[in-house]
Amino acid sequence: MSAQNVVYLDNNATTRVAPEVLEAMLPFFSERYGNPSSMHNFGGSVGREMREARESLADLLGCGTDEIIFTSCGTESDNTAIRSALTAQPQKRHIITTRVEHPAVLSLCKFLERSQGYRVTYLGVDAEGRLDMRELEDSLSDDTAIVSIMWANNETGVLFPIPEIATLVKSRGSILHTDAVQAVGKVPINLGNLDVDMLSLSGHKLHAPKGVGALYVRRKLPYRPYLIGGHQEHGRRAGTENTTGIIALGAAARAAKAHLPVENTVVRALRDRLENALLKAVSDSRLNGHKTERLPNTSNISFKYIEGEAILLLLDQLGIAASSGSACTSGSLEPSHVLRAMGIPFTYAHGSIRFSLSRYTTDADVDYVIKNVPGIIETLRKISPYKQGEAEPLSPLDAKPACGC
Amino acid sequence: MWEYTDIVKEHFLNPKNVGEMKDASCVGEVGSIACGDALKLFLKIEDGIIRDASFQTFGCASAIASSSALTELVKGKTVDEAMKITNKDIAAALGGLPKEKMHCSVMGEEALEAAIKSWRGEKVDAVEHSEGEIVCECFGVTDEQILHAVRENDLKTIEDVTYYTKAGGGCAKCHEKIEALIAQARGETPAPTPQPAKKLTNLQRMKLIEEVLEKEIRPRLQMDGGDIELADIDGLVVSVNLRGHCVGCPASQATVQGTVQGILREKVDPEIVVREA
Repeated sequence: MSAQNVVYLDNNATTRVAPEVLEAMLPFFSERYGNPSSMHNFGGSVGREMREARESLADLLGCGTDEIIFTSCGTESDNTAIRSALTAQPQKRHIITTRVEHPAVLSLCKFLERSQGYRVTYLGVDAEGRLDMRELEDSLSDDTAIVSIMWANNETGVLFPIPEIATLVKSRGSILHTDAVQAVGKVPINLGNLDVDMLSLSGHKLHAPKGVGALYVRRKLPYRPYLIGGHQEHGRRAGTENTTGIIALGAAARAAKAHLPVENTVVRALRDRLENALLKAVSDSRLNGHKTERLPNTSNISFKYIEGEAILLLLDQLGIAASSGSACTSGSLEPSHVLRAMGIPFTYAHGSIRFSLSRYTTDADVDYVIKNVPGIIETLRKISPYKQGEAEPLSPLDAKPACGC
Repeated sequence: MWEYTDIVKEHFLNPKNVGEMKDASCVGEVGSIACGDALKLFLKIEDGIIRDASFQTFGCASAIASSSALTELVKGKTVDEAMKITNKDIAAALGGLPKEKMHCSVMGEEALEAAIKSWRGEKVDAVEHSEGEIVCECFGVTDEQILHAVRENDLKTIEDVTYYTKAGGGCAKCHEKIEALIAQARGETPAPTPQPAKKLTNLQRMKLIEEVLEKEIRPRLQMDGGDIELADIDGLVVSVNLRGHCVGCPASQATVQGTVQGILREKVDPEIVVREA
């Protein structure tokens, strides 16, 4: 299936490489294959292009070029940041994160907790996916080595108040890392005015290709590299640079800066139109996540009485690509940890669909989805034993949450 | 993306025999919305022959396809023939299912069994399985169901059991029991459980209780947003306070009696009693 006949509303999973990004990177796959570390001009000139890419990314983030480390992906950036903070402060044994983080942070924290004896606080969220700042404040202690809190949630798009969090964490002397993989390019970020110590981003979420990411590390922050070897990235991330990916990320950063207003006007308007139309057209549907404190491109909607995988496959039949937080799509038997943390009722959690738009989403795309989704929901509800208004036939187990708590 | 066969896709996209049957002779219901899938099977039986069948299913593509295939399988069969249909027959009729989705075929077999039992006038409980004891509390799966699935499908690992019955797919605290059931069904003797350590002094026991609570029990509850704190230790009686999401959680009693007491009995002393302070 080619991109021409798919309505792609899964941009929080990955994005299309922008044409200008592809154009910028292609020569580095072919004639400009030099190693930037080489002494000759053939390699050195690639290094100069890389420097330009670093400037573009620093410009997007409002930071210095010396504060950027190129990595292979968002997960590597997250792992590097957390491990660096722990290694640099061996006397501190406490980590604070949230229950709704991406697995790149959450699974690492659980691993550190189980195998290395760190104490981890997992902050909860309310029904709309928001943090309780008091809980964060109460959890901070002299023993807290790092606070790792995402900027925007990948499933619901809910934004955490990073500037406010940064001020609080700094006042208590801890290091703050934020996984901003979903936020970069969609919300304005100016690290020059922000007490964030480390920030992770990923290329393929902002129209660069897969296989490149970056980690911002604030100047003078104690830092311990994860990959040890050569002197690349000033010894902070060894390994020959992914020159094509880095050049592409630079081009994507320039494009993201130029299109930031579009994300917050055009994309937001499309998202709102899609969301309002679906919520209106389909009974027993609900929005998951806070309505306004949210990314402009994401809409997570639950349709009661039916299951997400079935919805996705019927959407797929019509060439619509989206994603779901249902158990059956994750293969884990339980619905998304994000929706569970928000306390979304099971009757809704299994039927959640995430639509995530981009600047390439068109009016026609949105019209097509609005036209087709209500019919799909109706088809599946006809098959379902659960009906609107009726007592749900197998109620006793419904009351029981699937957690062991 | 799951690799579904063309037959699964066809049964999902164009399911056969959908809907409630007003004049059904019997109905079989399994699953629940909390579990993520549920099937309601309707049969019309005349002279001991299944003349018609229909279904309503809440669930993923393979759950809908399994239900549709099941209704086609049973139509025209005698009740005795239908009783012999197993989850393997349903999966085979679909050209196979991804192993992670085998529980959808098991759900079909269970609904069929429930429907026929109700037609025969045997007592069936729509939700709780009347036979056996619940092993997996997350998905309400009994030991009888697990033993049956292991024998029927030659299952060897906990993962297999989860794929076929969902048991063990939630909090994972029943994994040891599942392992023992696999061994039992396969006629093997389970690996001997390690003997609790030698008799502890009061002080040693208190220290060990604190340590197990801190290192094993708290992290587990915290994953679900709950928490626990130790209130008192009096000999073998441990008093605790539940915190966080555990407060007011309908399963908190099960947490105290099951998880907390279970772990402490295993790690510290088999006679420990845990109660809320």
